[in-house]
Amino acid sequence: MGWFTGAIAWLLDPANWQGPNGVAVRLVEHLGLTAASLGLACAIALPVALWLGHVGRGGALAINVSNVGRAVPTFALLAIFTLGPPPLGRSTFSIVLALTLFAIPPIITNTYVGVRGVDREVVEAATGMGMSGSQVLRRVELPLAVPLLMNGVRIAAVQIVATATIAALVAGGGLGRIITSGFTRQDQDQVVAGALLVGLMALVVELAFEYLQRLLDPVRAGRDRSGPHPSVPRGPARPGAAVAAAQP
Amino acid sequence: MIVAAAHATTLAEDCLQRNAWICPEYVRTRWPDISAALSEHVLITVVSVTLGTLIAFPMALLARRLPRFRGPVVGVSTALYTIPSLAMFSLLLPFTGLAVATVVTGLTLYSLTILVRNFLAGFDGVPEDVREAARGMGYGPGRLLFGVELPLALPSVFAGLRIAAVSTIALTTIGVIVGFGGLGNLISRGLNSFFKAEVFTASVLCVFLAVVADLVLLGAQRVATPWRRGANA
Repeated sequence: MGWFTGAIAWLLDPANWQGPNGVAVRLVEHLGLTAASLGLACAIALPVALWLGHVGRGGALAINVSNVGRAVPTFALLAIFTLGPPPLGRSTFSIVLALTLFAIPPIITNTYVGVRGVDREVVEAATGMGMSGSQVLRRVELPLAVPLLMNGVRIAAVQIVATATIAALVAGGGLGRIITSGFTRQDQDQVVAGALLVGLMALVVELAFEYLQRLLDPVRAGRDRSGPHPSVPRGPARPGAAVAAAQP
Repeated sequence: MIVAAAHATTLAEDCLQRNAWICPEYVRTRWPDISAALSEHVLITVVSVTLGTLIAFPMALLARRLPRFRGPVVGVSTALYTIPSLAMFSLLLPFTGLAVATVVTGLTLYSLTILVRNFLAGFDGVPEDVREAARGMGYGPGRLLFGVELPLALPSVFAGLRIAAVSTIALTTIGVIVGFGGLGNLISRGLNSFFKAEVFTASVLCVFLAVVADLVLLGAQRVATPWRRGANA
């Protein structure tokens, strides 16, 4: 257990939390990179996927984009961006761009599947009630697609947290730097301490988004308020059935 | 002729001097280097996914026979999958050291988590009346498993194998942190020396390997499930 107590001792040493290379700075960097990239990825992927799902086109593209994303090593893309011309190169821009690119596929795939999975009869009923295309999308398809949409966002968030760690290999910031500098200094306690922080952060993000996913599911919320009701339309496939993402 | 040949050589060497992304001269002169990294990459991937499959199968059987193990098995595998690869390799460092075993162990754990879930989904998908029919025909538990349930679960198992293989190939690059990253070693070295051709060639080879692995497994699936030909597009 020496490896574990050594890492805990490293984490409990206040000196390791302070300064420009301290845990506090790295944690803020990591959260900042994650928030910026997840926001960008959602802003790009959600409208595209909702629209594709609404008109029912580009299905093969929406599904396959995830398979392509899985095949490209995050380290390779980060390295290529780092050697690229400005505004790429050794910059935060390169890292946020790479993180965003890897977060887009799971959001697109899951949201598309979510919208397409909405019962066609429900959509027809909404159209029959006189709803326009955009009303159907906003008031019927979007709410019913929320479980899968949020599943995609959760996968993307966990993915970004993991990829942001890899950014340390190309001299980016974030918690991964604690690990890489531990390797450079041949300090195993620091390596394991950094790994514990990174693993903990990924688990916290995963659990937080799982909670958010449950919170935002309007069908579930409706059920919880009024009990099981036969007329409540079932959402599309449960999150567990959705597409898994790559682990960078 | 001689002049033309000499000109061609300077052009080819020029791509090294210009530090171009795409440089055939790099591939030609450094091929032993590249092929060694490629072999390491393939070896790490094949060993990890094979070990993952061998461990996932009994785990899925256990989770199915004893339902109270199911929750923990699925929960632990989800948690494992959430841990980023850099952290995973670092957490294994105290046990396996700066060795290829660290990379293989980490990647085995990742493919294991994908495969256990797909094995389980495959077994769950076998219709109960098919099992009943097999039992009625006098199939014992072993023959039922290997003669009926496993073949019917194969599409789901192969789907998992394809995901596991493709993501393991991408993840192997991170093994560079302990010095065994296959093509990742080239990416890292090229990055540190601003050698664009090395980074780009290694990256393209990674994607190429993933595509080849995916196609090979797809082909294997068609051979293994002849009754589904035409159904699996």
